[in-house]
Amino acid sequence: MNDPRVPHASSAAADAASGAVGQALAHDSAHLHVSGEAFYTDDVRELRGTLHGVFGLSQRSHARIRSMDLTAVRAAAGVVAVLTAADVPGSNEIGPVLHDEPILASSLVQYLGQPMFLVVAESVGQARRAARLAVIEYFDLPAILTIEQALAQRSYVLPSVTLERSDWRQALKQAPRRLKHRFTIGGQEQFYLEGQVAYAIPTEDGSMRVLSSTQHPTEVQHLVGHALGIDAHRVVVECRRMGGGFGGKETQGAQPACAAAIAAHKLGCPVKLRYDRDDDFVITGKRHDFLVEYDIGFDDAGRILALDVMLASRCGFSADLSAAVNDRAVCHVDNAYFLPAVRVVSHRCKTHTQSNTAFRGFGGPQGMMAIEMAIDHIARTIGADPLEVRRLNFYGPGRDDTPYGQKVEDFVADQLFDELCTSASYVERRAAIRAWNAHSPIIKRGIAMTPVKFGISFNTTKLNQASALVHVYTDGSVLLNHGGTEMGQGLFTKVAQVVAHELGLDIDRVRVSATDTSKVPNTSATAASSGSDINGKAAQQAASTIKERLIAFAAQRFNVPVESIDFASNHVQLGSKRVPFVDLVKLAYDARVQLWASGFYKTPKIHWDAQAFHGHPFYYFAYGAAVSEVAIDTLTGETRLLRADLLHDAGRSLNPAIDLGQIEGGFIQGMGWLTCEELRWNEQGRLMTHAPSTYKIPLASDVPAAFHAKLWTRGENVEDSIHRSKAVGEPPLMLAMSVFHAIRDAVAAVGEYRSSPTLNAPATPEQVLRAVEAMRAPPPSGKTAAK
Amino acid sequence: MTSPQPLLPDHPGTVRFVLDGQVRVVQVVDPTRTVLQWLRETEFRTGTKEGCAEGDCGACTVVLGELVEGAVRYRAVNACIQFLPTLDGKALFTVESLRDPTSGRLHPVQQAMVDTHASQCGFCTPGFVMSLFALHRNNPAPDRRAVTDALAGNLCRCTGYRPIIEAALQLHQRGPVSTEGEGPGTEGHDDARLAAQLGGLQRHASLRVGTAPRRFIAPASLAEVGEVLTRHPNARVLAGGTDVGLWVTKQLRDLGDIVYLGNVAELKQIATTDAHITIGAAVPLSDAFDALVVHYPQLRDFFRRFASPPIRNAGTLGGNIANGSPIGDSMPILIALGTRVAMLRGTMRRELPLEALYLGYQKTGLHAGEIIERIVVPTPVPDTLIGAYKISKRFDQDISAVCAGFALSIEDGRIDMARVAFGGMAVTPKRASACEAALRDSAWNEATCARAMQALDRDFSPITDMRASSEYRRTVARNLLRKFLLESTRALGDAPGDLYGLEPSGYALSEGGAA
Repeated sequence: MNDPRVPHASSAAADAASGAVGQALAHDSAHLHVSGEAFYTDDVRELRGTLHGVFGLSQRSHARIRSMDLTAVRAAAGVVAVLTAADVPGSNEIGPVLHDEPILASSLVQYLGQPMFLVVAESVGQARRAARLAVIEYFDLPAILTIEQALAQRSYVLPSVTLERSDWRQALKQAPRRLKHRFTIGGQEQFYLEGQVAYAIPTEDGSMRVLSSTQHPTEVQHLVGHALGIDAHRVVVECRRMGGGFGGKETQGAQPACAAAIAAHKLGCPVKLRYDRDDDFVITGKRHDFLVEYDIGFDDAGRILALDVMLASRCGFSADLSAAVNDRAVCHVDNAYFLPAVRVVSHRCKTHTQSNTAFRGFGGPQGMMAIEMAIDHIARTIGADPLEVRRLNFYGPGRDDTPYGQKVEDFVADQLFDELCTSASYVERRAAIRAWNAHSPIIKRGIAMTPVKFGISFNTTKLNQASALVHVYTDGSVLLNHGGTEMGQGLFTKVAQVVAHELGLDIDRVRVSATDTSKVPNTSATAASSGSDINGKAAQQAASTIKERLIAFAAQRFNVPVESIDFASNHVQLGSKRVPFVDLVKLAYDARVQLWASGFYKTPKIHWDAQAFHGHPFYYFAYGAAVSEVAIDTLTGETRLLRADLLHDAGRSLNPAIDLGQIEGGFIQGMGWLTCEELRWNEQGRLMTHAPSTYKIPLASDVPAAFHAKLWTRGENVEDSIHRSKAVGEPPLMLAMSVFHAIRDAVAAVGEYRSSPTLNAPATPEQVLRAVEAMRAPPPSGKTAAK
Repeated sequence: MTSPQPLLPDHPGTVRFVLDGQVRVVQVVDPTRTVLQWLRETEFRTGTKEGCAEGDCGACTVVLGELVEGAVRYRAVNACIQFLPTLDGKALFTVESLRDPTSGRLHPVQQAMVDTHASQCGFCTPGFVMSLFALHRNNPAPDRRAVTDALAGNLCRCTGYRPIIEAALQLHQRGPVSTEGEGPGTEGHDDARLAAQLGGLQRHASLRVGTAPRRFIAPASLAEVGEVLTRHPNARVLAGGTDVGLWVTKQLRDLGDIVYLGNVAELKQIATTDAHITIGAAVPLSDAFDALVVHYPQLRDFFRRFASPPIRNAGTLGGNIANGSPIGDSMPILIALGTRVAMLRGTMRRELPLEALYLGYQKTGLHAGEIIERIVVPTPVPDTLIGAYKISKRFDQDISAVCAGFALSIEDGRIDMARVAFGGMAVTPKRASACEAALRDSAWNEATCARAMQALDRDFSPITDMRASSEYRRTVARNLLRKFLLESTRALGDAPGDLYGLEPSGYALSEGGAA
């Protein structure tokens, strides 16, 4: 497709076969998606005798289970078995890092919604009806439901972490100006359209095959093995695709997979477990909500001199991935800004709610919101354009040290800012908006430009490894398997392009098979935006191994110099001779050349000292910038996004169409997080927003007609990443901070830009109206510092 | 309507509908089995997905073809809350129906989605394809606003929607689509043939499937409704099923015997006189709103925000009213307009002002065996100011935190009639009598408005829930009255009074966007 938003592929790529990297190829399953022929886990034709599992859930947020009377459940129509913790043959445990999370709670429940037992019935409906018949006696324990309560009681899932650099105390004291503020950032439900689902099929000799909608098949494999008390080599976990993941299937897929496997193991028949949407909401973890307090010192121009910030997150009842999520939040408190003196205190609060988990950005967005709020606060206090205060504080020569010790060597946010500021007419529009607002008493407009700098690599160094397997069959077709999973992000397409590129083949000659733990072992989760980076490199290496073997063979066979051999357009150039790829492959087979290879990759340069909170955790940084214009209704607090301009650095994009999709989709998802998506629990700890009727993600009508997303044409990774591309899964989500700050700008208009609004995220109509009304009220003592 | 003999004998206990050009005769055991369950579990047509089982995400969107005045009308609905027997006499199209059966070629809607990179994870995609297929059938040249309206019932978590909207617009810009292919979903499909097929499936007597105490009875006439409900006064009355469907899929309730009103021709009529617009209880919300907008064009934007097209296509105005939810969006404005409801029990009829129907939380004055027959909305009265407002976290397809309907008649500069009604502010949709009193006999100006805003505090003590706090509801209710003042008196001059149709600064949109 000739899309003006997509930079033209390099001429080299254009000459190559229609599969090379840099081409805007369609998603490899696009034709299956649109025709309903793409199979998701629940679509696989069920084997005869398949049973269906449904969890019985705790109705208390924190209680001892006095007794569980499951008689009526067992007696219900269609019920085949009811399993409890006592039925787990191996370890009743699925905590991915700490062993603090049971598959089925046995004596203690720690959140309302926690699975306690599993009903297995002939149909889903029968299992669901039966699950409601349990008679549970609880002994209620005091429940901690909010971050504030947890902080007051020092209730943490993990020890707090403090990062300090230089004498921040002194620097803060000496700063000419200082501001303090406390605000909250809401959580976010992943809302993958396909809910959690697993289908466990017993195979011979006590083994188990599990089809699982998971970003982490290897972890599911190990946890199923532990739960059944069998070795990993007896468990095969397979995932063809997920109907969305966004981090919500990095660890959360293990519980249904293990439970289905336990039932399948015990009953000797296939068992499927698919969460109903409401169950999915109340069982699984979400993005961590945060409480942020900062004390920031700066000079009269708005240059930051010192920052003391506290980040407290709601982790829920167990640790899950909260250590890494909060570490990433700490490592993103700088966003694109140099912080000469800083203390970051990170509290990982234990609450009796769902165990919060990975979600696109993984703590980074919350850390970045802290500094963006502070900068906007500074700008509005000194009466400067927030854009200028942002620029003033950017990393730059001599100001390139992150608080955690890594130097920023590839900074381009300033260039993105300059380019976008011009293309989006930021300055002119800001002036026009101010003039317009002066004559519009009810509707106010706002505009904001914000940057993104996002560290790429897993914070946990060991996870930065990947393997791939490439088979060339004797008909010249290629089968690719790697450890990454496809959740819609186009990973399979991009990695297939890498292989097609390497072998000079059309993309339709390369097929990607389902992710399968029996093909590529010991994989990392497809997470941290790393999928293409690491799996692409591993697949490239595998393809390159085969190519080298073919070259060596051809050089000898055709007596041509190795340098004269070239793979392009489904052919191999052998000096002056050109043969179809398939012909060379057949000859190579006949000559007993190995036509398959594995590839392995580990990200270089990275290291991390978790104790000192110091090191080089990221291979490189991804950058972006966004300008958003909004309007707010000062009588109702409703908001509309009117225009968004995004400029994002995906390096030399492997597939501009797919990368653009990540940018646009990430931005709108981020906008949802910061505007309409609100999670509310009641006083008993029951999640009241548990379905799309009550939890509102953005719709088509929330996307402005003026939506201009672009890849940065000058983008190029300074590191030796796969074809100098950059990871693009998570970073664009944070472009949506521009929407939030545009809303702040519009609220500030109500007070004629004399003070800084007090606005928590998400900026729901209620929050915005509250901020508007506070803006109208006379300032308490002429100070803008918040409560 | 006249029709030939049924093409197939009417086997007891079965429903008949057209799927992919073939008449399907399906035995119904459980009348509350959904279309989605039948498609996925019995037919293995797994392209249609379950995303929420409550009609809010659109992953299960299918298209129904219904015979209306001899022609086939195509409408998107949510398969997850549509009970299988309601398909009787209709044509069903799923995502699998669209490929050309001969060539296997993708339908133009599908191809456009591929070309614009409009799918990522692909799970929502079949639903989008079906919503766009219905749009394409009904409006071959939609503008951007028509596209986003048509997609208001479809959630996508991956793409950010831009490429999907573009697919819909491109489809039109590509020019006339190829007419090759004869598949049921393709452009070459013969509507007349389908109409004839459907004509043969229309019933002149009631449909009965299932067995007591879980029967599904679909009377074919109003007289029969009266008889059936006299015999079974405790039967569950079912119209569009957009709420009752959730009682089954979410609450796992056993509905007992069901009397379905969807096949009663008398209840599907809209009649307009000089004085009234009379809407049959089984008229889908889409049609009811279209009829009202003819007379009340200022309500167009408000009605567009009611749920989503699939819900408006299935749900009925009578159902919304009879359901009596405190947050039903049709009632506040209908109450303000002076709407009356006509009810039928056996052969007995009575009429009430709409507001008098509501007695308490989800409690109406309908007796056992009584149904709403018609909704009678007065036509506009000269010199009457009308306003309707909805406040929710999301603009489209959300449930109101507060919903307001205002009607003020002004005579000689004084308000001589004030009708103010709110949803979301009390246990029922309710008139604001103190506010109305404060308005009456005063000039419609800032001072009167301020008094009336104060009076609202005496009318309502709203609750705090997941949608909004009590305080916010109070504030917004007051502010909506003020907004109505500013808009109805044109006090703002050129400045906008709401967010509809705003364009970005210094940037002229080339198409769509404005209402």
